[in-house]
Amino acid sequence: MTTAEKYVTAAYCAVFAVVLLYVVIIALKLQRLEREVDELTEREPEEERELVNVG
Amino acid sequence: MTLALALVFFVAPNDADQGFSQRIFYFHVSIAITAYACFGLGAWKALVHLWKRDPRADLESYVAVHQGLIFGTLVLLTGSIWAKISWGHWWLWSEDQLVLFLVLFLFYAAYFMLRFSVDPGPQRANFSAVYALFGVVLIPVSFAAIRLAKGLIHPVVFTLHGPRFHGWILVTYCVAQVALLVLAYTLYRVELAGKRLDARLRELRLA
Repeated sequence: MTTAEKYVTAAYCAVFAVVLLYVVIIALKLQRLEREVDELTEREPEEERELVNVG
Repeated sequence: MTLALALVFFVAPNDADQGFSQRIFYFHVSIAITAYACFGLGAWKALVHLWKRDPRADLESYVAVHQGLIFGTLVLLTGSIWAKISWGHWWLWSEDQLVLFLVLFLFYAAYFMLRFSVDPGPQRANFSAVYALFGVVLIPVSFAAIRLAKGLIHPVVFTLHGPRFHGWILVTYCVAQVALLVLAYTLYRVELAGKRLDARLRELRLA
């Protein structure tokens, strides 16, 4: 492998790594949001039950 | 993207002047134009926000600028690697075109400092929109700097008479450009969906 080939490969690997890192960060964030949606969905029936008991 | 990479490495011929290192150009230039497009979209959405006072446009502008900054990072990264092969230096402070792109990049990096130093609300949206609109002026300056530079060591591939390449080089460049624009738009939509969901959840928690 020549020096130019090494640098070109490094450039494309760097692009791939940055895009991959970005996708992983977004995926982790979406995972957290999904968890929070689940928590809110679970909490909703409990709150409704409490309101019925108070009423 | 796979097709673009296959064309870059297996189909496009070696450049007579630069040899193998010219293959960085396919992604470097495409990423630069994608970054400009993201900053342009950010400015357009900022204008829509100022015009119609639509909070959705503010979020869209923010996400577009964020995407532009990510692609801007890649421009600096791939450009530095190309400069090391061709010029023997990672960076040259004497070259106006490099410094101008860095100024554009730092200007948009400061957008986030401004945005997060103001409490969420209409004031933050307005400040961010005005700042994003000012930044768009730097895009033609950065683009023209490459053409007006006295040193002219940064290659110019697009002239007023069209691109200075043809055949497989042109086909490879076009495929890479379309692939990167599609990638940027997909990432933009995914990030925007996440941000909207986050905002909606915050509202629900407060309700």
